[in-house]
Amino acid sequence: MMRDFDLVVIGAGPAGISGAITAANEGLSVLLLDEQPRAGGQIYRNVERTNQSRSEILGSDYTKGLGLVQSLNRADIEHIHGANVWQIENQNTVYYSVNGTASVCRAKCILLATGAIERPMPVPGWTLPGVMTAGAAQILLKQSGIVCENAVIAGSGPLLYLVAAQMVRAGTPPLALLETQTKTDFLASMRYVTGALRGASYLVKGLSLLAEIRKARVPRYVGVTDIAIDGHDKVEGISFNDGRKKHTIPCGTALLHHGVVPNTQAARSVGVKHQWNDQQHCFVPEVDLWGHTASDGIYVAGDGAGIGGANVAALTGELAALDIARTLGALSESERDKKAAPITQKRNRELAARPFIDRAYPPYANALAPEDSTIICRCEEVTAGDIRQYAKLGCIGPNQTKAFGRSGMGPCQGRYCGLAVTEILAAENQISPDQTGYYRIRPPIKPVTLGELVGLELTEEKESAE
Amino acid sequence: MKIASDFRALEPSDTTQVAVRFNDAPLKLTKGENLAAQLLAAGVLQFRKTAVSGKPRSPYCMMGACFECLVFVNGTARQACMTEVTEGMEIVMHTVGNGDDA
Repeated sequence: MMRDFDLVVIGAGPAGISGAITAANEGLSVLLLDEQPRAGGQIYRNVERTNQSRSEILGSDYTKGLGLVQSLNRADIEHIHGANVWQIENQNTVYYSVNGTASVCRAKCILLATGAIERPMPVPGWTLPGVMTAGAAQILLKQSGIVCENAVIAGSGPLLYLVAAQMVRAGTPPLALLETQTKTDFLASMRYVTGALRGASYLVKGLSLLAEIRKARVPRYVGVTDIAIDGHDKVEGISFNDGRKKHTIPCGTALLHHGVVPNTQAARSVGVKHQWNDQQHCFVPEVDLWGHTASDGIYVAGDGAGIGGANVAALTGELAALDIARTLGALSESERDKKAAPITQKRNRELAARPFIDRAYPPYANALAPEDSTIICRCEEVTAGDIRQYAKLGCIGPNQTKAFGRSGMGPCQGRYCGLAVTEILAAENQISPDQTGYYRIRPPIKPVTLGELVGLELTEEKESAE
Repeated sequence: MKIASDFRALEPSDTTQVAVRFNDAPLKLTKGENLAAQLLAAGVLQFRKTAVSGKPRSPYCMMGACFECLVFVNGTARQACMTEVTEGMEIVMHTVGNGDDA
């Protein structure tokens, strides 16, 4: 049975939840599809099931998500969890599977709230078992109350401090914190400090996390280069240079992180144009102030539309929903603008610290231009040197690298090599990332079994036979 | 089977432990919990072997994006981090040539 909705929201993080609630408040029929078993996105993952001790470890920026997640419990929003969206067609038809059964629905508007992924950090040895993202370690804690002992954290960005502080609170402090940002980055970021002071709560939080890490006597190294993970069949240690000499720290787990980037997979699969953003060093979808793309009825909100964090995500979800309500006739333009004004103001205030954070914690330079032997495409085991070689042979774009050596053609569909391939090609060919472009993303954007497809066809046949 | 693991549960499990098998070895995991997290805590650190060089891999993103935690669950390739533990699961390391979608 093909079901119809005014709005289908994809992703139940802060942007998706807020978008769904705002749209429902304006009387729209809303379906919220989310691949996780419970709403919250990665930031508020499993917040409904957390307990006292986990809440204390994770902190109030996590537990405050409970209210948002609980506000979804209302009859006029249909929330399907465990729903893998694998295709969006004709800008209005959404295919998804739940527990091995495929379904299809139609929407007047679609709000993509697919969030962010951690920026891939290709360093030597990053494919060894025991290497994971810092975010993954945090998910283990949020989802399952599991901590990593014997771990070293490496990279840059505010999440690094948060995860380190949470590990300290859990009684399993990291063995060391290797920070790749430099003093030069810090000085350059001062240019944006006025803006940052307007978003001062972020700075205060950062400083208090650092104080916790210091108090626990976690060794910190700043301006680190030449990070490499050592080991044969698993992580055995991590080596790096702190500007004075080479160090090696034996460890069982290496947690990597150098920022987050929009998860553009769904937006790209429906042809949304993306542009390189120099400040955030990644591609972001082209959207207007409401998150509307150039494709009729397709909106993007939250970190998927550009990194702003959870608070900004919730606000952009609301703004998108207000414009969707206007498009569908539930609000006039002036009603929309009136409701949007305070939200926009709040969003701008929340974004004030962003230029400072982006400049103070840039991506790790060695991972943006990895040495030749470092694997870039984890799935097909294509190295940075391979990509450079393709460029020398005349390869100008990421799609062509697939023909040269299968990069981006494994199960992750380029999610963890796409940006690196674009940047390496751009550097080799001395053209911009925009000119270099990105992989063409084709459906299915999540795996779907033949059985699921067959089941879907049967349903449609039955329907037409009736 | 209990192997030394760097991944430790903070609290004792308050839900039911169920029997599953990983590569034919019996394991007790917490029912309804995240399969990738439970396997890590049980000491499993090789979830799949790559198609190209046969090198072992373990969960990298824990959010359904990287596909490094692929395993066969009752014969079907699944992302362990997107799967909940159920009783009697037959879990097998994902390698090319041992399952339905190889």
